Amino acid sequence: MDNKEINNTKLANEGLSEQDRPLFCDARPQSYKPLGKYVEKFLNWARANSLWILGYGTGCGAIELRPLMTARFDMFRWGLAPRPTPRQAGVFVIGGYMSVKTLKRVIRSYEQMQGPKFVIGLGSCTINGGMYWDSYNTINRLDHYLPVDIYITGCMPRPEALIAGFNKLKEMIKAGETDGQNEYARNFDWYKANQKKIVKDWNMPDYNW
Amino acid sequence: MQEILNKLIDRYAIEPIQENRHNQAFVTIEKNRLPDVLTWLRDYEDYTHLAFITAVDYPEIEKIQLTYMLHNYILHTDLGLRVLLDRTRPEMVSIHHLWKQVATYQRELREMFGIDFPGSPGLQENFALEGWKDIPPMRRDFDTKEYSEKTYFPRPGRQTHDPKEYMKEKLYPSAKEDK
Amino acid sequence: MSDRSKFPPVIDGKAQFDLDSGKYIKVWQGPQHPGVTGNMALELIISGDEVIDLTTHVGYLHRGFEKLMERRRYIQCFPIVCRICVPEPDTNEYLLAAAAEELAGIEIPEKAKWLRTLTLELSRLASFLMWIGGQSGAFGMGTVAQWAIAQRDFILDLFEELSGGRVYHMYIVPGGVRDDLPSGWDKHLEDVLVKTEKMLKEIEIVMFNNVIFKMRAQNLGIITPDMVDKFGIVGPNARAAGLARDLRKDEPYLIYDKLDFQVITRDFSDAYNRTYLRWQEMWQSIGLIRQIMAGMPAGNDYHYNLPNVLNWKIPHGETYVKAESTRGEYGFYMVSDGSGYPRRVYVRGPSYTHAMALLPHLAVNVNIADMAGLMVSLHTYPPEIER
Repeated sequence: MDNKEINNTKLANEGLSEQDRPLFCDARPQSYKPLGKYVEKFLNWARANSLWILGYGTGCGAIELRPLMTARFDMFRWGLAPRPTPRQAGVFVIGGYMSVKTLKRVIRSYEQMQGPKFVIGLGSCTINGGMYWDSYNTINRLDHYLPVDIYITGCMPRPEALIAGFNKLKEMIKAGETDGQNEYARNFDWYKANQKKIVKDWNMPDYNW
Repeated sequence: MQEILNKLIDRYAIEPIQENRHNQAFVTIEKNRLPDVLTWLRDYEDYTHLAFITAVDYPEIEKIQLTYMLHNYILHTDLGLRVLLDRTRPEMVSIHHLWKQVATYQRELREMFGIDFPGSPGLQENFALEGWKDIPPMRRDFDTKEYSEKTYFPRPGRQTHDPKEYMKEKLYPSAKEDK
Repeated sequence: MSDRSKFPPVIDGKAQFDLDSGKYIKVWQGPQHPGVTGNMALELIISGDEVIDLTTHVGYLHRGFEKLMERRRYIQCFPIVCRICVPEPDTNEYLLAAAAEELAGIEIPEKAKWLRTLTLELSRLASFLMWIGGQSGAFGMGTVAQWAIAQRDFILDLFEELSGGRVYHMYIVPGGVRDDLPSGWDKHLEDVLVKTEKMLKEIEIVMFNNVIFKMRAQNLGIITPDMVDKFGIVGPNARAAGLARDLRKDEPYLIYDKLDFQVITRDFSDAYNRTYLRWQEMWQSIGLIRQIMAGMPAGNDYHYNLPNVLNWKIPHGETYVKAESTRGEYGFYMVSDGSGYPRRVYVRGPSYTHAMALLPHLAVNVNIADMAGLMVSLHTYPPEIER
């Protein structure tokens, strides 16, 4: 993957109107270049201990985030906190099934998040469509549209499963195994083609930064 | 319940009536008389609550049935009004002036069944789908499974069984061997 | 409220304003916004910090349940219907079962009726606790949210003990319920109820006597009695306006005619009174649960012996069944064509009219900071709008 040539062409932004086009960014996402073994190790430790979740309940998975946030399970113990805006968040929890209309907003929110960013696919709907595998409006595989770092199975996954998933993600970050953001940058054209295949009215820039 | 049905028969000469329970009945009404009947029921007979509007597709008789469910809060009775529309070019009189929520119902029906309600505000706006180009998804001839498999990259490995045959094999494995 | 005299005129259901004039700004609240209930979007046109026009956008959670049910057998529909309304799934399960049983002409055993009522009331309580957390959070009181949602979790524990599922129970199945009460469950239930009562008393002190909550919620989003029929308002929103409309009393289903309760009404439907009314209904639910547990019939006859459910054909017919959910009249309209699959199932969610028709009307003249509070006070829940 790494020896792939870095594509520096500008994005076409064909979904935008002629007068809007100069207002938006047309650069591609860039891969993150590690700084050095020990610096990176320290940074990964810091990243793992402040996972800030984007407060976007995309599906019914959001219902189990509420008990997790509140007194009984109290996710603040693990350094997890909900954030209202993508600019401050580092983890995107995709809460279950995702309709096409939501996917468009999710892509936009994901691309606006600051790197390093991680995606957690929650529930069986993100893995293979789950209960809605034959629905005309929900996607079947999240990893064709966004780089998923970890899946948590279940319908619904219990708060304990969520905690276990977050802890697993932490371990992966500390070990430097999370590569979702770079994968998105490397395979940007493939992801975009998949996204544009189902989002019929693409009226936003190709890369929302 | 019988009283209002008799009144409907006297006033509008409505014939097919299906009485479900002591407090629920369905009547079939001609398409153009529906606004009259609805207004009369709402203003004079206390059927003030419109519970929902929905459609049922009957491709085998080339019809789409619209159901308007009214409720009377004094007698606690439900009255369902059915209208049969032509399936190839379904068009219905808009009743958005009678209840405030009707415009949204009609918007949904336009999107999900392709029924036209001329004059209804915001009819062409999206309700739940965005940029839908296929046939309206709630029509019977739209195959949701085929569409999903074509569009959304199904993950390989899913098995489908006919539940009846599958359970027969699971519960009575010997029966199969006998055959 | 809703004084439009200083605002642009409304023609054909749309406010006529010119965004280029610089007087108005368009702001989107949602779908990615912590202040909306679930995944929906509000398109606000604001002048200063006052909302002058609002359009609700839904469809972010559309899964096509009604289409999916058309290609599933009746018994296969049961696991999916509870997903329509996540905080209160049992109403969906009950209504699908009731519709199928009515069309098939099945009379369920007495004990199943009591158990069904028990789960309906328990899930009602859980849904209200979830909602009061949202309502207090929308007005900036995180404490009540912490208490209420944690307390709801103990009710979910009871459900887990009863049915094996925390959020989705799939406990009510056609012909009755899946299982009997586990032994010792009544003690756990009583324990949770006592704790909930204690918490509700504390919520009254913290929330309803809080001057900030009073000032912000009073006179916010007033529903007058004459609006109720025009907009199709049901449930607590209508009861707060003084109309005693409760399906549990008006058209008693299951065993509600054997229970002793009064329909709670308030005389003025603003956000404060609607909140207070739902708080009173939580007490009512606790009382009802105690009555049900006291009157629970003995024996273990909780399931009607159905024919082979994998080949269960329901005779030709059409029916509309309804139940009182936390948000009002919840209904299933089912058409059967005599085959093993439902011809059409339509789900009537009470949030439909509240979010799509009522909210744009109430939002006019409301301060943008109070929008979240107003929306939660209507108790809208998006998945039942678009299904």
